Amino acid sequence: MELTLPIPNLRAIMPELVMTFWACLVLVVDVLISKERKTWVGYLALVGTLVTMAFTLPLLGTRTSTFSNMFLVDGVALFFKFIFLLATALVILVSLRYLDIEGVNLGEYYAMILFATLGMMIMAAGNELITIYLSLELMVISTYVLCGFIRRDRRSTEAAVKYFLLGIFTSAILLYGMALLYGLTGTTNLTEIGRALQAKNLGANPALLLAMIFLAAGLGFKVAAVPFHMYVPDVYEGSPTPIAAFISVGPKAAGFAVLARLFLVSLPAIRPQWGTLLWVLCVMTMTLGNLVAMKQSNIKRMLAYSSIAHAGYVLIGLVVANEIGLASVVLYMFVYAFMNIGAFSMVILMCKRGDRGERIEDFRGLARSHPWAAIAFLVFFLSLAGIPPTGGFIGKFYLFSAAIQANYVWLAVIGVANSALSVYYYFRVTMLMYMSDPSGEIRLTLSPSLVFALAVMVIGTLAIGLYPSPLIAAARASMAPIFGP
Amino acid sequence: MISLQHYLALGAILFAIGVVGVLTRRNAILILMAIELMLNGVNITLIAFARHAGNLTGQIFVLFIITVAAAEAAVGLALVIALFRGRDTLNVDEIHLLKW
Repeated sequence: MELTLPIPNLRAIMPELVMTFWACLVLVVDVLISKERKTWVGYLALVGTLVTMAFTLPLLGTRTSTFSNMFLVDGVALFFKFIFLLATALVILVSLRYLDIEGVNLGEYYAMILFATLGMMIMAAGNELITIYLSLELMVISTYVLCGFIRRDRRSTEAAVKYFLLGIFTSAILLYGMALLYGLTGTTNLTEIGRALQAKNLGANPALLLAMIFLAAGLGFKVAAVPFHMYVPDVYEGSPTPIAAFISVGPKAAGFAVLARLFLVSLPAIRPQWGTLLWVLCVMTMTLGNLVAMKQSNIKRMLAYSSIAHAGYVLIGLVVANEIGLASVVLYMFVYAFMNIGAFSMVILMCKRGDRGERIEDFRGLARSHPWAAIAFLVFFLSLAGIPPTGGFIGKFYLFSAAIQANYVWLAVIGVANSALSVYYYFRVTMLMYMSDPSGEIRLTLSPSLVFALAVMVIGTLAIGLYPSPLIAAARASMAPIFGP
Repeated sequence: MISLQHYLALGAILFAIGVVGVLTRRNAILILMAIELMLNGVNITLIAFARHAGNLTGQIFVLFIITVAAAEAAVGLALVIALFRGRDTLNVDEIHLLKW
């Protein structure tokens, strides 16, 4: 018997190969470098994300698959990869000084971030259940470690244990859903699962519905949708602030990418059922996130609930699930990366050794002593609340109009009402910054990399708000191959 | 004659026992063990389906799940040790510095 070894198209997975290489490189360099110079490892990791971005660029506009159709290169995957790489670069920039302050300036931190990013990149491109599961685990196992990175801080360890236990619990549920899907169709390829389900005409088969619910539960945990959100405030509060920013953007976006691909490609046969399920999740997520955020006194917990609410807004796009709906999902996640990492970076700005500076009261009178920092915070809050001329407005505008065009008027109404609610808690902080006198001297932890990252995020948030058309065109173009002829 | 249904029932029962264990046990290590039980329920289900479908994909999936479970256990036990050093308890009800 002759054995032919198929040579897969490696060009298509070039960004992932580069990222794998770079993460291992960071791990090795970390061992060779002296303890005082660990910041260099951070810069090396930063260069890694930029190099990976450079290798992703030539793939733009292509649409291929490799490894027997297990791995797709299409517009959606590429758009998500840019979101992940951008978020990673920003998180590394804001981490550099923070790790010094917390006294955990270790190189593994950056290697873990790169491995988590690698997992997300493959998740967005995976077209096969095993590939998706493995990349998902690569992402979450790295983030478990990152959450507990400040070992001497008991809150950090506690956050990691909670995230870990609930994370592997929902992973097991997700796996059971995948097992049922495999059992019903006999294949793990998403496209073939979709085809088999259509051909068998299973309709509302109970096993299929169970699989759908399990998949939604497992991925709902990753995107922090209610009722799978219980871990979010604790984990964001306890983990290092840059990591809170990272998991509020990266795994969330990756979860949405998989959710969209799985439901649209594999389960079009039960579109009405998952449409209803996501509708309910979406409304619960938006409303609960915003209502509970109002009562928080810790800014990281407030941002945690706000990020739950934002997951709800993005779910609108998945409920609509047409070209415009999904284009607004990627558009929103792109803007969200800027504004949410930005808001978390403001907390890093307040953090000092032995004081995490995360009480909302700490921001009292910030505008008097540090007007520029206050303006940056104002921009992020305006954007999170969805007020023009910021990127957040554009993102929400497209999500809500997609809902109205697809006749989900109630969803849009609930979404707008929720946005109005959210203004309350964002402006509570803004009022404290601008209208009250500082209770004591406010000292900010400024470092060149943090200031640079903040500037990029402020400019990014405003630029998307003022001149959104290139991004909108890119988001729509990324969807065209899926819905086009 | 043991049919596909028997294996599926076994897998589902194991999975359910695991879920109950996660929800009722208060010791972090026992919760971890209950989750391993859930994963094994999934593994049995996958292998039964693989046999039924007549291809090997399910079995390959199981191999990967076992590998990932080992990696998870390594990270999980390390976290549990860090937790125990910090406060001398593994009871998840007593771990409440952060509001649960």
